[in-house]
Amino acid sequence: MKITFDFEKPLAEIEGQIEKVKQVEEKNKLDMSATIAELEAKLHEAQKEIYQNLTGWQKVQISRHPERPYTLQYLELMCDDFIELHGDRTVGDDKAIIGGWGTMNGQTAMFIGHQKGRNTKERQYRNFGMANPEGYRKALRLMKMAEKFNKPIITLIDTPGAYPGLEAEERGQGEAIARNLLEMAVLKVPIICVIIGEGASGGALGIGIGDKVMMLDNSWYSVISPENCSTILFKTWEQKERAAEMLKLTSTEMLKNKLIDGVIKEPLGGAHQDPVAMAATLKKQLLKDLKALSERNIDELVTERIDKFCSMGVVEE
Amino acid sequence: MAWFKREDKGIITTTQEKKEAPDGIWNKCPNCKKPLHYSEQVENQYVCHYCGFHLRIGSKEYFSVLFDDNQFTELFADLHSGDPLHFTDTKKYSDRLTETKTKTGLTDAIRAGVGKINGQDIVIACMDFNFIGGSMGSVVGEKIARSIDYSIKHKVPFLMISKSGGARMMEAAFSLMQMAKTSAKLALLAQARIPYISLLTDPTTGGVTASYAMLGDINIAEPGALIGFAGPRVIKETIKKDLPKGFQTAEFVQEHGFLDFIVDRREMKEKLASFLKMLAPYGVQEPVAEKEADNS
Repeated sequence: MKITFDFEKPLAEIEGQIEKVKQVEEKNKLDMSATIAELEAKLHEAQKEIYQNLTGWQKVQISRHPERPYTLQYLELMCDDFIELHGDRTVGDDKAIIGGWGTMNGQTAMFIGHQKGRNTKERQYRNFGMANPEGYRKALRLMKMAEKFNKPIITLIDTPGAYPGLEAEERGQGEAIARNLLEMAVLKVPIICVIIGEGASGGALGIGIGDKVMMLDNSWYSVISPENCSTILFKTWEQKERAAEMLKLTSTEMLKNKLIDGVIKEPLGGAHQDPVAMAATLKKQLLKDLKALSERNIDELVTERIDKFCSMGVVEE
Repeated sequence: MAWFKREDKGIITTTQEKKEAPDGIWNKCPNCKKPLHYSEQVENQYVCHYCGFHLRIGSKEYFSVLFDDNQFTELFADLHSGDPLHFTDTKKYSDRLTETKTKTGLTDAIRAGVGKINGQDIVIACMDFNFIGGSMGSVVGEKIARSIDYSIKHKVPFLMISKSGGARMMEAAFSLMQMAKTSAKLALLAQARIPYISLLTDPTTGGVTASYAMLGDINIAEPGALIGFAGPRVIKETIKKDLPKGFQTAEFVQEHGFLDFIVDRREMKEKLASFLKMLAPYGVQEPVAEKEADNS
């Protein structure tokens, strides 16, 4: 069944009308193409109207669409070859963060990303894209391997947050994320990070330090999810729409505040409408950035990376 | 019939003659509930002398406990937070800042100073929990970043005293990026081979734990301090089970390998001074291994 959000209802109505006209056409062997074309034009207009004026909360909803492409699907669509690598070499293998060597148009890179599941069983297996410390430590192990072999790193971010569990605390969730922030700041290979869905707080940032950090148009990135923000500030999660506006978590606002370096356009209505086109757009962007970054002096690049993050924040003196 | 009878009529004490106990002279130990006199608290480094409970204190008190003769030069005192997102919850963030500044006499949830600890130079940055829950926003991040720059430039060890509920929501993603900023600066401090001591005090959670608080050459804590990434309430709601006793205390965190030692506040200065003395001089020598490799 197709999932329709509240704000997409006008579109569903027009689509319903088109469907009906087509049935009438079929049944009565009539030529109704003029009517259909008219309705389709109307639909297109309505789509543009709705999708170009999405609110923060509506974008959050799209970022969580159950058919939205996840990391492994992107890798399948973008890479000529991909070898997944497992384990943090200490405790175990986290299923919410995956990683491995991949090639795009013959160019090798270390790919790391959060992974969510499609159905109940898969979602549990992937822990809803919420990594334990092992996930961050696996990511760091792979990034160090990339540095060793002088290959660039690409991370795809999509998480509702690092897992807030008992064992996660015992095994040092805070330390695992902190260590990645420090190490990624000084890794001597180019790093590109893309928020492909949800970018929730430290869980996202833990693989999010890069020379170029980008967001897909309908992804979100902030210090907290709108629901949790609403719960803390207003003691109810009913104010999530308001919280989403206040947090300025959309790609456009994040770019405006200079907290990211670019926005990647999605197919009309969101990445799930056309994963193949989305993956092609993303691949093109990544190849372009990889080329540009590979031509840079690595020491300068690292200095610029550190300076970029150090310039973030608004203080008055 | 009345239970008692007023014998003198018309007793009027003028305002000037009224005797009131000044606030804050006495307070109760939150743990053993015994009354503590202010002068006793100061004398005992704000530790309850009945049960050893470490009272929650701010930068003013930590500086007085650690710096020799309470002498230090405050660094970057005049940094104030902006309101980049024009954030409004139950009140405007800008109003909240103004009110909190007036109430606490602080400019933000952190102060930094340079001074001496048993005669050795040290930069200390210390968080203040009573400023919006010790939350980390742009000012906290910037002051830590500049303190680290100062440490690198002057080859002076850096002590960070954390006490925070995590990132400041009112600055949203700007707060988040302070984790990246401070961690990147700490990477440079490490490259400069300047010692970094992270002291975690009650409470240290959220984005602070997931950045600078866990990145010390040594991570140490005060007894009983709550230390964690996710807050206990969130974890309880997630796993839908009661949490074991002592979960997320400093002792628990040390047992799991993330703290080097737990130190009583009354012994802290001596211990930190001895540690720094063992490592001196800082940031001057090439590491032995690399030197030997160069010579061969």
